[in-house]
Amino acid sequence: MSFDHLSTAQRKTAQRIVFLNVASALSLIFFALMQKVNDPVTYSFVLGDEWAFIKEWKLGSKTGSTNFSLAAIVLSLSALWMYVKRQSAKVLISIASAALFMSFLNWASAGDFVPFTGLLQGGLVLSVPLIFGALAGVVCERSGVINIAIEGQLLAGAFGAGVAASLTKNIWVGLAVAPIAGALISLILATFAIKYAIDQVILGFVINVLVIGLTTFATQRALTTNPTVWNSAPIFSPIPIPILSKIPLIGPIFFNHTIIIYTLYLLVAVIQVALFKSKWGLRMRSVGEMPVAAESVGIDVNKVRFRNVLIAGAIAGYGGAFFTIGSVGSFSREMTAGMGFIALAALIFGRWTPLGAVAAALVFGFADNLRSVLSISGTPIPSEFMMMVPYIATIIAVSGFVGKVRAPAADGIAYKRGGGSH
Amino acid sequence: MSLELRGITKTFGSLVANDSIDLAVNDGEILAILGENGAGKSTLMNVVYGLLQPDSGSILVNGKEIVIHSPLDALEAGIGMVHQHFMLIPVFTVAENIVLGNEQINKIGILNLDKARSEIRRISDEFNFDVDPDSLIEDLPVGIQQRVEIIRALIYDAKVLILDEPTAVLTPQETDELLRNLKKLRESGRSIVFISHKLREVKEIADKITIIRRGKVVGSASPSASQEELANLMVGRDVDLKVDKKSQQLGESIVEIKNFSQLNHYGRPIVDDVSFEVRGGEILAIAGVQGNGQSELAESMVGLQENTKGSITVDGHDVLKNGVLENLRSGIAYIPEDREKDGLISSFSISENLILDIHQNKPFSSKGLYFPDAVAANANIRVPEFDIRTQSINDTASSLSGGNKQKVVIARELSRPVKLVIACQPTRGLDVGSIEFVHRRLVEERDQGRAVIVFSTELDEVFALADRIAIMFKGRIIAIVPATESRENIGLYMAGLTPGGNSHA
Repeated sequence: MSFDHLSTAQRKTAQRIVFLNVASALSLIFFALMQKVNDPVTYSFVLGDEWAFIKEWKLGSKTGSTNFSLAAIVLSLSALWMYVKRQSAKVLISIASAALFMSFLNWASAGDFVPFTGLLQGGLVLSVPLIFGALAGVVCERSGVINIAIEGQLLAGAFGAGVAASLTKNIWVGLAVAPIAGALISLILATFAIKYAIDQVILGFVINVLVIGLTTFATQRALTTNPTVWNSAPIFSPIPIPILSKIPLIGPIFFNHTIIIYTLYLLVAVIQVALFKSKWGLRMRSVGEMPVAAESVGIDVNKVRFRNVLIAGAIAGYGGAFFTIGSVGSFSREMTAGMGFIALAALIFGRWTPLGAVAAALVFGFADNLRSVLSISGTPIPSEFMMMVPYIATIIAVSGFVGKVRAPAADGIAYKRGGGSH
Repeated sequence: MSLELRGITKTFGSLVANDSIDLAVNDGEILAILGENGAGKSTLMNVVYGLLQPDSGSILVNGKEIVIHSPLDALEAGIGMVHQHFMLIPVFTVAENIVLGNEQINKIGILNLDKARSEIRRISDEFNFDVDPDSLIEDLPVGIQQRVEIIRALIYDAKVLILDEPTAVLTPQETDELLRNLKKLRESGRSIVFISHKLREVKEIADKITIIRRGKVVGSASPSASQEELANLMVGRDVDLKVDKKSQQLGESIVEIKNFSQLNHYGRPIVDDVSFEVRGGEILAIAGVQGNGQSELAESMVGLQENTKGSITVDGHDVLKNGVLENLRSGIAYIPEDREKDGLISSFSISENLILDIHQNKPFSSKGLYFPDAVAANANIRVPEFDIRTQSINDTASSLSGGNKQKVVIARELSRPVKLVIACQPTRGLDVGSIEFVHRRLVEERDQGRAVIVFSTELDEVFALADRIAIMFKGRIIAIVPATESRENIGLYMAGLTPGGNSHA
C-alpha cells in the first residue's frame, strides 16, 4: 500500500487502521479459533462500596474471545471505511483496540477470575509516579534541558518524604519535604547543565548514581538500624469523593485515592493549559526551541531555564512521595526501580506534551498491572514477557512507528549569551 | 530619531572585531553599512542591540547617551532589529512570536493574543505585508518571515530599524519588494541602518554609505559612487569585478542526467524529474533560491543521496550505482555547500585535510601504515600552489579563515585528475579576494576542457561564471537559458514565474 499522496498525520492514521485490521484478524485465529477448551472466565466489577449495577460476568474463554475478535474485526473494518470516506475514525479505533484487548484478556484468563475494576485501578496507581516523572520531563525538556535525572528526583522525593514524615511523625511535613528534595537534585542538574554547560545526558546519569548511592548509604546506616525513628512514616489514606466515588467502574478507579493522586489530576490540567496558553509556557517553549530568539526580545534564557528545571525537580520529588507516604510508608533502597526511565520513555512516547505523556504513562502502568494480575491468576504467557511490554513499546515509539517524534529544538544544548554572534 | 555611535570598540581575545567605530544616522535617513563578511558589521549591530557589551565607546540617541545592556533596553530606546538569521521560533505562530517577551496576560496568567493580532493586521494592512497573525512561522516563505520581523520592530514602535544582511535569503523579486518597503518606512519618518555587502542594493537604497573594513570605518561614500569605487573601498585595493574567460571550446558531453528525481523520507520529490546535459569546456550555473532542491541534486551527483529515480552518468559512469569513492575516482571534483561541515574535518590539520580523498593511496599509506612525511610533502606543494595563507601546514583546519578553508577544499578536489567539477555555493561568506581566486580557478577548469557545474544563489556569481544558466524551482529545472538572458528574467524564473507570465508554483 502506498501512502505517497498523504500527509504525515494521515499516513500515520492509515497505518494504524491497517495494523488494527491485521491484528484483529490474527486475534481471531490465535485467541479464539486455536483455543481448544472453553473454560469459564469470571469478570468482577465491584471493588468497594460503589453502587453495584453489574456484579459479575461469566464468559467462556473460547466463545468470549471469538465474540471480541469478531467485534474488533467489524469495528476496525468500519474504521477503515470511515477513513476512506474521510471522516474521523478516532472513536472506532479506540473501541476496536479495546475489543482486541478484551479478546486477549479473555484468552489469557481462561478458567480464572478477573478483577476488572481492580485491574484498571491498579494500572492507574502504578502509573502515578510515571506521570509525575513524565510531567517533570515535560517542564524540564520543553525548557531545553534534558532530564535523565527523573529517577534520582523521584528517589530523593521518596526518601525525603519518608524520612521527614518518620522523624516528625507528621505526614504533611513529609509531603512538604518531598518537592524540596526533588528540587535540590534539580539544583545540581541546573547548576552544572546551565551554568557550566556540562553534557546533560552524562550529568543526569551521574546524578542518578549519586542519589542512589546517598539514599542507599543512609538506608543502611540509619533507616534499617533504627527503623522506628527513621523509617516508620505514616501513610495517607484514600479520601473517597462523595457521590463520584460511588459511580460503578469510574468511581473506584478515579475517585477513591489519596491527596497525592488528586494533586496529580490538578497538575496535569494546569501544565497542559499553561504550557500552550500561558506566558510561563510560551517563554518555556521559546527557550527550549530557539533560545537566541528569546534572548533577542529580552528574555533571560538561563534564568527561565534554571527556574523551570527546579520546578521540574519539585514535581518529580512530589511524585516520589507516592512511593513512601503515598503507599507503603517505609523507604527501601532503590525503591523507584527504574520508574524514572520509563517516565522518560513516556515523555518521548507522548511527544513532549503533558497529555501525551499521561496517556503513555497510563499504558505503561496498565501493562505493568496486567502482568501482576495475570501472573497471580496463572496465564499461558511468561510474566517476563509481560514485563518487557513497556520497553518494547518504548523502542517502537522511539523508532518512529508512531510518527516522527520531534523533540524541542534546543533540548540538551547549553546557551551562552551572545553566543549566536561572532 | 537619530542614532550615533562614538568610538565603539569590541574585542574577542586577541581579535579586534570593532576598532573605535563612529557612525551616525539621522531622522528619516537610510544609512548603509558596507563591508565584507567578517569586517565586523554584525558585531557592531549586536553591540547596538544589546546582545554584546562594548569594551569602550558610547551610544547616543537624539544626542543623549544611553546604556544598552540587553535587547530590551534597545527596544525601549526605539531601536529595532531585523536579524540576518531570523529571530523567529518556527513552531510558534506569528502572533506568539510577536508577543514573546512583552506578553499581555489575564488575571490567572493566560495569554491574551487579541491585541497583538489586531496590531499585526493593522501594520500588515498599512504596508501591504499580507501577514496572517495565526499562521505558523515554519509554513511561511522567508520573505514573509522577514516582514514578521519588521512588524515586530514596528509594534515595539522602533524609530531606528537595523537590518542585518536582509537580502541574503531573498529572491530578487522579494529583494525589490523589501527595498520598496524600506523606502515607505523612511517616508514614515523612521531611520534605517542597512547592513550589506551587496553593492547594487546599497547604491539603490542608501542616502549615505559608511564602509567598514577589518573592524574600522575606512570611509564614507555617496550612493552615486560607482560599484568599482565602493568595491575598492570595501576591499582596500583595486578589484576587478569581471572574470576573464577565454572563448568557448565545447567538448564532448560529460554529464548526462535523465528524468532524475530524489525523494525525501516521506516519498515526496525534492528533485523532480530533472534532465540536462553538460559538455566539457562549459560552465553550467544552476541558479535558484536556496532550498529548491539544489543541495539534493548536487549531493546525488556524487552519490551522497538515497531514494533516487532516473539516471545520472558522468563520463559514462553510473554515479547512482557507484559509491562516493568510486565516483570521485572516476573524475568528479566536489566542492560542498557547507565547507565547515562537509568539506573539511575541522580538528584535522591542513596537511591531513588535503589528502582525505587519497589517504589510502601510495605514497600516503601502504599495507596499513601511514606516512606523515609524504602527507607533509604533498601539503608543502599544495599550500603555495593554491595560495593557502597559514602559519603552518600542521595547524588545524578550524584555525583558517573562510577563504583559506575553501582554498584547502579546492586544492584537494582539483589535485585529482577530474572531468567534472561540482561547486556548491563556492563563494558563500568569502571576502572579495577569495571570491576572485575561486572564480578564476573554476574558469581555468572550464578553459582546460572540463565540465563545471556551479550551484549558486547569487545572481552576480551566476552571471560572472556561466555559459548557460539553469534555474531550479521547487525541485524542477524550469528553464535553461544562455548567459545573455536578462537579470530580470532570471529573477522571475527564480520566483517560479516565466517571463511570459505563467506560474510554475
